[in-house]
Amino acid sequence: MFDLYLRRRIINSIGLGVSVLAMLFGLFWLGWILWTLLEHGLPGLGMHVFTQTTPPPGSSGGLINAIFGSVMMVVIATFIGTPIGILAGTYLAEFGQRGWLAPVTRFINDVLLSAPSIVIGLFVYEIYVVKVGHFSGWGGTLALSILVIPVVIRTTENMLRLIPNSLREAAAALGTPQWKIINFVTLRAARAGILTGVLLAVARISGETAPLLFTALNNQFWSTNMNQPMANLPVVIFQFAMSPYADWQSLAWAGALLITMSVLTLNIVARILFRQNPNSH
Amino acid sequence: MPNLLRESLHKRQTVLDASFRNLTRIAAFSVLALLAAIIASLVVGSMPAIHAFGFGFITSPEWDPVNDQYGALIPIVGTLITSGIALLIAIPVSLGIAIFLTELSPGWLRRPLGIAIELLAGIPSIIYGMWGLFVFAPLFADHVEPWLNDHIGTWPFIGPFFSGPPMGIGMLTAGIILAIMVIPFIASVMRDVFDVVPTMLKESAYGLGATTWEVMMNIVLPYTKIGVVGGIMLGLGRALGETMAVTFVIGNAHELSQSLLMPGNSISSALANEFAEAVGELYTSSLIELGLILFFITFVVLSLARLMLHKLQKREGHGA
Amino acid sequence: MTVETITTTPKMIVRDLNFFYGKDRALKDINLTIPEKMVTAFIGPSGCGKSTLLRTFNRMYQLYPNQRATGEVLLDGQNLLDKKQDLNTLRAKIGMVFQKPTPFPMSIYDNITFGVKLYENLNRNEMDERVEWALKKAALWGEVKDKLKQSGTGLSGGQQQRLCIARAIAVKPQVLLLDEPTSALDPISTAHIEKLIDELKKDFTIVIVTHNMQQAARISDFTAYMYLGDLIEFGDTSTVFTNPKRKETEDYITGRFG
Repeated sequence: MFDLYLRRRIINSIGLGVSVLAMLFGLFWLGWILWTLLEHGLPGLGMHVFTQTTPPPGSSGGLINAIFGSVMMVVIATFIGTPIGILAGTYLAEFGQRGWLAPVTRFINDVLLSAPSIVIGLFVYEIYVVKVGHFSGWGGTLALSILVIPVVIRTTENMLRLIPNSLREAAAALGTPQWKIINFVTLRAARAGILTGVLLAVARISGETAPLLFTALNNQFWSTNMNQPMANLPVVIFQFAMSPYADWQSLAWAGALLITMSVLTLNIVARILFRQNPNSH
Repeated sequence: MPNLLRESLHKRQTVLDASFRNLTRIAAFSVLALLAAIIASLVVGSMPAIHAFGFGFITSPEWDPVNDQYGALIPIVGTLITSGIALLIAIPVSLGIAIFLTELSPGWLRRPLGIAIELLAGIPSIIYGMWGLFVFAPLFADHVEPWLNDHIGTWPFIGPFFSGPPMGIGMLTAGIILAIMVIPFIASVMRDVFDVVPTMLKESAYGLGATTWEVMMNIVLPYTKIGVVGGIMLGLGRALGETMAVTFVIGNAHELSQSLLMPGNSISSALANEFAEAVGELYTSSLIELGLILFFITFVVLSLARLMLHKLQKREGHGA
Repeated sequence: MTVETITTTPKMIVRDLNFFYGKDRALKDINLTIPEKMVTAFIGPSGCGKSTLLRTFNRMYQLYPNQRATGEVLLDGQNLLDKKQDLNTLRAKIGMVFQKPTPFPMSIYDNITFGVKLYENLNRNEMDERVEWALKKAALWGEVKDKLKQSGTGLSGGQQQRLCIARAIAVKPQVLLLDEPTSALDPISTAHIEKLIDELKKDFTIVIVTHNMQQAARISDFTAYMYLGDLIEFGDTSTVFTNPKRKETEDYITGRFG
């Protein structure tokens, strides 16, 4: 009896000890990667990064054209993807009780949520870049906006489902038409949560490289023309990191640090925002 | 008079209601249209390759842009092997993390640790790639691969998988980096899935004197089995389609080698490396067909994952 | 005991009402008359159908698939269940307050004006007056008159519930449906609301669902006792509570059951 109990306790301790190790293992990588980024990225991160454009091989320069291109594409893609995502998420949560469309859309959307982003790049290449005849900022924007939609749909539906039905009923009891209930009461009550989803989507596309490789491509020069190939941080980092030039590699690390910090900040802000929302119970 | 006002108001609201409903319906439908368009464009794009190579495309190891001969075997195998290695590492670690987060962690640590794991998932994949190439691969080549060669490399059967020049980059490295990437995905799904186990069920087991480990193994895991597998499939879906982290460290060699220490290729890294520079219809088309194959595989895996997670949710709904 | 004869005008008449959740019949051939400007209470054990009955009065069930009602609910002789009856105009005539406070995510002022704006075009002054009127009726004016621009979600539970009552009466409905309006409130807030109900019946016909028998006895003029979807007994409150006709009612009221 005692031996059996002892054996069970030992197994328990070993199992739990291994769990603790697994947790430390996960944190270890996070710490190591962040440390590497600071170590390699900070030295290269000076004012020149924000004032000069990407240099030709072997000389020094900055990332301003890539930063600008990334911001342009991410912002426009967010503005394109968010309304579609919110509307579709609203359909799933508010009108989707009957019929086949909602369950099928929900399922497909969940699959698209984790679908390989490089395939989205191929898709945009096929339907847009080939037709236009050249790589362009719009192509990159299109690819990114396709990645925004599933994230926003998922969070919008989830957040609307958290809104108690009694709130909808209370609005309906006043004789409010449904479009007004949804736009002025339910969506409004869920707005902090939906904004969280949008921020997470922005965080996701900010670091996406694969879908930009054959859409926006890259541009070594300062360009604000969305109809031309457009510089962007992820692709510049990719090309510079893979290059043999020390200057380029140093810029790649600086860019990597910039991107990671922005993405992590967005993630943290999104979480704080949602936590503070009094309607989030 | 007021009745007339109400009448017209009523008509306007009905119209607005219907337009809004239809607007959201169109948005929802656009998701389906998007999927259809993706599949259609990939199929159309790969038509020349499908005509030229037929079914043999999948089984041919040849990838020769000079002679315009293409086969998908090497990237397909590379994708499967790297993802397989990733899962072998990620499953036990994720399980441990999920157990720690649901049962062991003190309350005040739970949230920050959960966020830390989710941040790991938030780091862009290109960062994993860079870190893998510049930091992890050299260390791996200097310290781990020689050891693998000397020890496991001499074993019968599995030895050949672990012997080869210690270059740092290769399929094993890619698999390990992928594992680090998918751990947070799998761990957070598992944690969420463990949270659906009714507290009363767990308390009943604790009430009988079961240890934490026994409760996890005998109550929580069996109860959530299908969801756990769903979470793993979700991680697999991510690993299969991951591009940048793999592209940096896999070596991009169209060779099939028995050793996991040797460079290889995956579908996504072949696309990332070659597509923008590909010339000639057949070359481009073959790459697009690779993309189609990748999309098909991940679609199946992710669908299974969602179906499993959905099944667990449904059961939970009925139980409550 | 004083015997008073209550003279009443019928406001709502329920005829052969049946209600279905999918295939489950939740209300069975209900017949009932709700008198005007009185408080009518529905009591009974949970699951007896009292809330379901209340929710047919403004067809709230239509928000959900697979719920339907047959029979008639007449408001001043007009059948509310008639599909031709416009739902939103109907609901504007019948206010409702729920178990838990449901302030909309907007300011106190906007909460009140939300319903009013739907059916009336008032200028600023008239709107201000309406807000003040409604908040005064709901006995909340004194507490919030200086913070009308603040969010309604920042109020205490009892205040939120009075805000919801103010919002419901601001559109000047004829009937006020209260679905266990005090079940989520503390005793002091409950007393506030009960006093309010007594005031409001001068202007509105009130139907209240309550799980609290004492509450029904305190505030209602008429009481309906329901059990498993049947209306067991309906009459003026003092009779139902002191001299019930049916054994089941007596058992419930004396606590032998439920």
